[in-house]
Amino acid sequence: MSRLAAKFEALAKAGRKALIPFVTAGDPRPDFTVPLMHEMVKAGVDVIELGVPFSDPMADGPVIQRASERALAHKMSLRRTLDIALEFRKTDQDTPVVIMGYLNPIEAMGYEDFANAAQRADIDGVLTVDLPPEEGVECSALLKARGIDPIFLLAPNSTDERVKKMDAAGSGYIYYVSLKGVTGAGHLNIADVESKVHQIKQNTQLPIAVGFGVKDAETAKSIAKIGDGVVIGSALINKIEANLDDPDLAKKEIIDLLTSIRQALDS
Amino acid sequence: MSEKYNMPDERGHFGPYGGIFVAETLMPPIQELNAAYQHYLTDPEFIAELDTDLKYYVGRPSPLYHAERWSRELGGAQIYLKREDLNHTGSHKINNTIGQALLAKRMGKTRIIAETGAGQHGVATATIAARLGLECVVYMGAVDVARQSLNVYRMKLLGATVVAVESGSKTLKDALNEALRDWVTNVDNTFYIIGTVAGPHPYPAMVRDFQAIIGREAKEQCLEATGRLPDALVACVGGGSNAIGLFYPFIEDASVKMYGVEAAGDGVETGRHSAPLCAGRPGVLHGNRTYLMADDDGEIIETHSISAGLDYPGVGPEHAWLKDTGRATYVNITDTEALEGFYALTRMEGIIPALESSHAMAYTMKLAPTMRKDEIIIINLSGRGDKDMQTMAKREGIEL
Repeated sequence: MSRLAAKFEALAKAGRKALIPFVTAGDPRPDFTVPLMHEMVKAGVDVIELGVPFSDPMADGPVIQRASERALAHKMSLRRTLDIALEFRKTDQDTPVVIMGYLNPIEAMGYEDFANAAQRADIDGVLTVDLPPEEGVECSALLKARGIDPIFLLAPNSTDERVKKMDAAGSGYIYYVSLKGVTGAGHLNIADVESKVHQIKQNTQLPIAVGFGVKDAETAKSIAKIGDGVVIGSALINKIEANLDDPDLAKKEIIDLLTSIRQALDS
Repeated sequence: MSEKYNMPDERGHFGPYGGIFVAETLMPPIQELNAAYQHYLTDPEFIAELDTDLKYYVGRPSPLYHAERWSRELGGAQIYLKREDLNHTGSHKINNTIGQALLAKRMGKTRIIAETGAGQHGVATATIAARLGLECVVYMGAVDVARQSLNVYRMKLLGATVVAVESGSKTLKDALNEALRDWVTNVDNTFYIIGTVAGPHPYPAMVRDFQAIIGREAKEQCLEATGRLPDALVACVGGGSNAIGLFYPFIEDASVKMYGVEAAGDGVETGRHSAPLCAGRPGVLHGNRTYLMADDDGEIIETHSISAGLDYPGVGPEHAWLKDTGRATYVNITDTEALEGFYALTRMEGIIPALESSHAMAYTMKLAPTMRKDEIIIINLSGRGDKDMQTMAKREGIEL
């Protein structure tokens, strides 16, 4: 069983929901990320999504775009993101790590080289925003053969047919994009998320993690009731951006926010 | 013998290029668009309305003009200009925006968005949106807003909202990113009019089909004027819509050579250029696989060209396919050479070309002298130079 499947199974047994932070690798500096990952685990997160910086992040809002730009200014790359994951793994064998990004860095590396490199870094899942299952057959097969889960997105306007397609193509979990928009947008409607996630669950047994637009403990709690996990990204990166001159304070504010969300989820 | 050409396949692939590489939220609107496009492509009423607009609103057919003096001066092939610069709004872009806007109307969309580089596509979109009474938002890189201020003013006059994009390199690629972000947020009522033969399927095929009227007319006009097919076609390539519009109806005519002219900026060897077909590598950006300007890590690198309309790190996937198969040849022209083309046409023929089209003129100045006097070149004069007056005056040190 993959690390992701085992994690979601254990959470389900315990009646708990997954808390999944997203941070961009190397933002604001390359040496910031590994210690942050360990501290987030201590704060009670279950899975870590590590963003691969890309020059043209088409599905992301301004907060994550700027995180990418800061990381790229330090020559961060897919290869160095995998180095960060490997470094983290040396002292944490339990927490699943998913890398999330865009296809072109993977194309540049080559699918097979990428799959091998991801395996060496002991990555658990790969979510490629602009790679739908139709175009992703080759890449997904290479990942699955190495025990890495290909993770796909579903959206508010996804049809049942698309849900079935993701169920067949993906593993680990499904990332439900809770609103029509980019990451960090501000118009999340809990009732809409609830009815859609209910509809999705008719066609898949995979855990559903809900993300995009989750900003605080209260929203996270309402969302977590509906799905199997909640993803929080832009709200964390806001803390980095607000404290560029004081990375320790940024880290502290991130951990405080995650701790409050963890408590809300478990209460 | 010519081979039958039938690209793309039903999922939008030109060999390994093209396809649909988008975030999941865009899959439903893309499928909806594709279904509508396939339906109206053969709908007699739609085609009749489009043809009427192209004739009475755009002013088609555009002339095929024999540039006799310039041909004589260069001492080789006979040069014919396909005068897309004479279209309403001053470039070939309107052929496509009218087609897509009529589709939007039939699909019940009330809001139009577009990206623009030089502003020609933005103006052509704002124009048709004004005429159809549709809300229009145009995304334009902040750098381009500054260097194409005349077109920004035109768009605003036409009632469009122009959003200056401050992210990334602040040029055409960033405008496209921002338009995609708008589309994903407003998918229900919004139609995204992409201005070139890039983006996810069906855009590359659809924009080509709307622009192919250029080549269909040129072929008929050339046969009428000379009794034969041309020997060579020349067109500038940024995203590649004017080039594919001219090339497409000739693809099966194996005797007709095709030259796509990319922008070499300061020179391909300097790295400061916009020539992905000549000096890039395959990758995925903006919904399709094609040749791109990217570094070893797959990050998109900034492009450079004197012409805002060619300042783009990708190129339509069909051009990638035509390059790999050898059916078309892709060459490049520097900023300095493009200016020579600009002045040559202006002074030899009394026609001021857009800086984009000037790249095609400059390559023709190299090609024509290598050909016989009874051979024929058709150049796509894709746009007029009015929009570039400020850029040119500034280069000459003149305050307007």
